[in-house]
Amino acid sequence: MKFSPQFEQRFEEMVSHYPTRRSVLVPTLLYAQDETGYLSDEVIRELAERLELTELEVRNVISYYSMLTTRPRGKYHVQVCTNIACLLRGGEEIFEHCRQTLGIGGGETTSDGLFSLAEVECIGACSWAPAVQVNYDFHENLTREEMDKILGHYKKKGTQ
Amino acid sequence: MAFLVSHPDEVKIVSQRFGLGAISIDRYLELNGYKAIQKTLAMEPDTIINEIKNSGLRGRGGAGFNTGLKWSFVPKQAPKPKYVLCNGDESEPGTCKDRLIFEHDPHAVIEGAMIAAFAVGAHTAYIYIRGEYRYLSLIMQKALADAYARGFLGKNIFGSGYDLDIYWHGGAGAYEVGEESALMESLEGKRGIPRIRPPFPAVVGLWGGPTVINNAETLASIPHIILGGADWYASLGPPKNGGTRLFCLSGHLERPGVYELPMGYNLKKMIFEVGGGIPGSRKLKAVVPGGSSTPCLTADEIDVPMDFDSLMKRGSMLGSGGVIALDESTCIVQFALRTMKFYQHESCGWCIPCREGTDWLKKTLARFHAGGGIRKDIDNMLYLSENMLGRTFCPLGDAAAMPTIAFVKKFRSEFEAHLEARGCPFEKAGVVEQLPVLA
Repeated sequence: MKFSPQFEQRFEEMVSHYPTRRSVLVPTLLYAQDETGYLSDEVIRELAERLELTELEVRNVISYYSMLTTRPRGKYHVQVCTNIACLLRGGEEIFEHCRQTLGIGGGETTSDGLFSLAEVECIGACSWAPAVQVNYDFHENLTREEMDKILGHYKKKGTQ
Repeated sequence: MAFLVSHPDEVKIVSQRFGLGAISIDRYLELNGYKAIQKTLAMEPDTIINEIKNSGLRGRGGAGFNTGLKWSFVPKQAPKPKYVLCNGDESEPGTCKDRLIFEHDPHAVIEGAMIAAFAVGAHTAYIYIRGEYRYLSLIMQKALADAYARGFLGKNIFGSGYDLDIYWHGGAGAYEVGEESALMESLEGKRGIPRIRPPFPAVVGLWGGPTVINNAETLASIPHIILGGADWYASLGPPKNGGTRLFCLSGHLERPGVYELPMGYNLKKMIFEVGGGIPGSRKLKAVVPGGSSTPCLTADEIDVPMDFDSLMKRGSMLGSGGVIALDESTCIVQFALRTMKFYQHESCGWCIPCREGTDWLKKTLARFHAGGGIRKDIDNMLYLSENMLGRTFCPLGDAAAMPTIAFVKKFRSEFEAHLEARGCPFEKAGVVEQLPVLA
């Protein structure tokens, strides 16, 4: 299992911030996932070993946090907020529009592996609703037309 | 990148550096940055705590507990190390204020955490930021590195002989982790399951050591109080509700956005003047005054000062400052269902009344909205909700039950209309949500 030098450097530094090694687990899982796309058995085994935990303990933590996944997602993970503030300003319509445009449902990935879609809970963009997060990027005050442009942008970026 | 708005009634304290480039440490220093901590280091810890107590600053995360009082609970002598933990796991639906603080004024959070740590005698602090806020984590990491590079953090800060380390910590998606005891579990590398209290974190917190946990906005307010004085800060709001608050206006409004207004600002004015009122010719139906967990107020009930005590008197809560306006086209049953869907999804499952209660309420509301409800369901939802209250380790169960009780009691006729129409009368009448036209 090989992570990037940046990951290793960050890991070493973070471990020194806490009295217990285990404390780095949650942010480290997310950093690992950023590099590998998802938390594979191999990643889980590696991190469990490094942090002196059982694999089960690591899986237990993974299953709790909504951003962590043990299955591959699309290159661009489109997360549409439909929680109350977005609901009032068309969040569900944006989600429906993404479903139709991408031809997939929530939790699914397009056959080319480019996009996956998810309906997510509040992402902290209530005053700029409706909002979507693609990977870590926020897109706010959306309309269907705006959403088309965003998806088009990522499609172009992903196929270049 | 979140958008900034402004209104003449605003009193900019926490937001005074927004848009001014204070993300850079030099700019922050030009704008009075790191002056409060230097002043604090020459003060007695008890004097600092009293100053914060007297300022009337109350926790901006939702519970509204007096911050100075919270600090005073930390024992002077403790066998284990003490900690300060900044709660930046902002995830209460309707709330998007900490995001702006981290984006525009990260050093204010650091400086507030420094003052808190010095006051309670902690030598380590953590700033926990929710996983979705990756760009803000990068901003915070840079801000911390800059503070270390200047010698503001680490050993012997500002030549005071006091050592302090502050570290960033990141989440990975969980509303529950915004609750203080679950937050500590998450920081310790575990599932975010709440701990039983007492003992309270101020006595037994992170790794068993006394821990002060404050919301990011609370900490960002601290340097201003130290520089401006407790009396000045307290005078900005009504008694026992000092200062200002970042109100996140969302929903059916002409000018949604985050506005900093004095505590006690009238809600009706906030909706119709600051927020610009309801788009089109539609009427206001209800307001959720402090994030999704706070009981809604009907349009007739909003002539109320926005402070902790006044809202408590009206049977609601100021919560986290998320003000959501619902116009007459909103189906309350659908809104209640979406709220419950959220709590059901976020319930950690530790306490049975919350785990089962949120699930049954979600199912009942879904059936009701789809037209399959029966009359008995209405009282059943109240019965279920009332039996969740106060019966869980953490307030998530209450947070799910309280708004539901208000929706059912205040909008019972809408629930009955769903029975008569055998479905959603709003959908049947073609009153569906329209995407707003954005400039």
